[in-house]
Amino acid sequence: MIDRRSLCAAGAILTLVLLSQQARADEAAVKIDNFTFIPETITVKPGTVVKWTNEDDIPHSIVGTDGKIHSKAIDTNEDFSFTFSEPGTYNYFCGLHPHMKGKIIVAP
Amino acid sequence: MTQDTHDRRTVLECMVWAGTGLLWTIAGGVPQSSLLGIGEANAQAATGFNFLQISDSHIGFKQAANPNPLGTLQEAVGKVGTLTTRPAFMIHTGDISHLSRPAEFDDAEKIISSAKLDVHYVPGEHDIVDEGRGADYMNRFGKKLQAQGTGWYSFDHAGVHFVGLVNVADLKAGGMGSLGAAQLAWLADDLKSKSSSTPLVIFAHIPLWTVNADWGWGTDDATQALDLVKRFGSVTVLNGHIHQIMQKVEGAVTFHTARSTAFPQPAPGTAPSPGPLKVPDDKLRSVLGITSIAVRQGTQPLAVIDGTLA
Repeated sequence: MIDRRSLCAAGAILTLVLLSQQARADEAAVKIDNFTFIPETITVKPGTVVKWTNEDDIPHSIVGTDGKIHSKAIDTNEDFSFTFSEPGTYNYFCGLHPHMKGKIIVAP
Repeated sequence: MTQDTHDRRTVLECMVWAGTGLLWTIAGGVPQSSLLGIGEANAQAATGFNFLQISDSHIGFKQAANPNPLGTLQEAVGKVGTLTTRPAFMIHTGDISHLSRPAEFDDAEKIISSAKLDVHYVPGEHDIVDEGRGADYMNRFGKKLQAQGTGWYSFDHAGVHFVGLVNVADLKAGGMGSLGAAQLAWLADDLKSKSSSTPLVIFAHIPLWTVNADWGWGTDDATQALDLVKRFGSVTVLNGHIHQIMQKVEGAVTFHTARSTAFPQPAPGTAPSPGPLKVPDDKLRSVLGITSIAVRQGTQPLAVIDGTLA
């Protein structure tokens, strides 16, 4: 017979696993490599946290064309995160190297 | 009878040296390559006055291409003392720091000031990434230079008009360097009272000519600035940013980029991106350097002689 404590523990673990999967679904990653945002365009759900990680040997930054996003300089192996709550299309570029462009599409 | 303005044409000789002593001379029309000792380089610049260009010291950079940019800046500034002709002053064409941090500016200034020369700075994009987006640069350097806007200004020395421009602020998505309408209006006004025979030296961080659009190595509205200097008989444009020597002559305008004192960057098209180039340790100093420019009064036409260190 299965005891109640084991059942409770299994339930708790299952809940944690589901929660962490839920958390993962709300995150998206953009890599900065060779002066390029990879992927250049991503589509995410509202509430998603987008995390940029700089893999170049030179700092970059994230500047939204609408002026709402303006990161600090992201140095080598550093990252910057921004939560996209509202649906819409967010164009951005690197404030140091503006020829680098990217786009976040937030859609339900 | 009025004096022919050509009699007063100033010849700019431009020497670039690093390591073994490379000479670039602006004198004659046909670009030539030559490797010369420092002594010969100085011998050719005996008249007029000299000034130095230093660029892209990137204090705070820690990556493999040069983990010690403070050390190589120290070596570069140490070269100043070996020159037989004492430079009148120094210009720094930006990227003093790597991340606009106070300690980086402090360290850079400490070494650069050891040359005991007046320094005329313009900011690079790395110098205005503080929270105030360039406020610290303006407090430290701009104020002293009586700079306007994001850091532009002009001054005169021995009959030559020097203009320091900023093309790293308020950059636009998909674009390259940018001067902006306010600065262009200021430039038009600044040049208004200058006679066409006044030699001009214009310096800014990003090249004012398009070296490589794919890498953003150019300035979107440079043409508007160059239109303003068309009537001048001698224009020398000095830039940094691309960490290598590039040169172009267009009419009376000579464009010229300086080496970095910190690390080299690849030649356009030779790498997937313009990121720092790692060269063997024993080769690093052969791709870093500073520039000495000799302004000579004379009647020779403006010309350029350049060479590589290879």
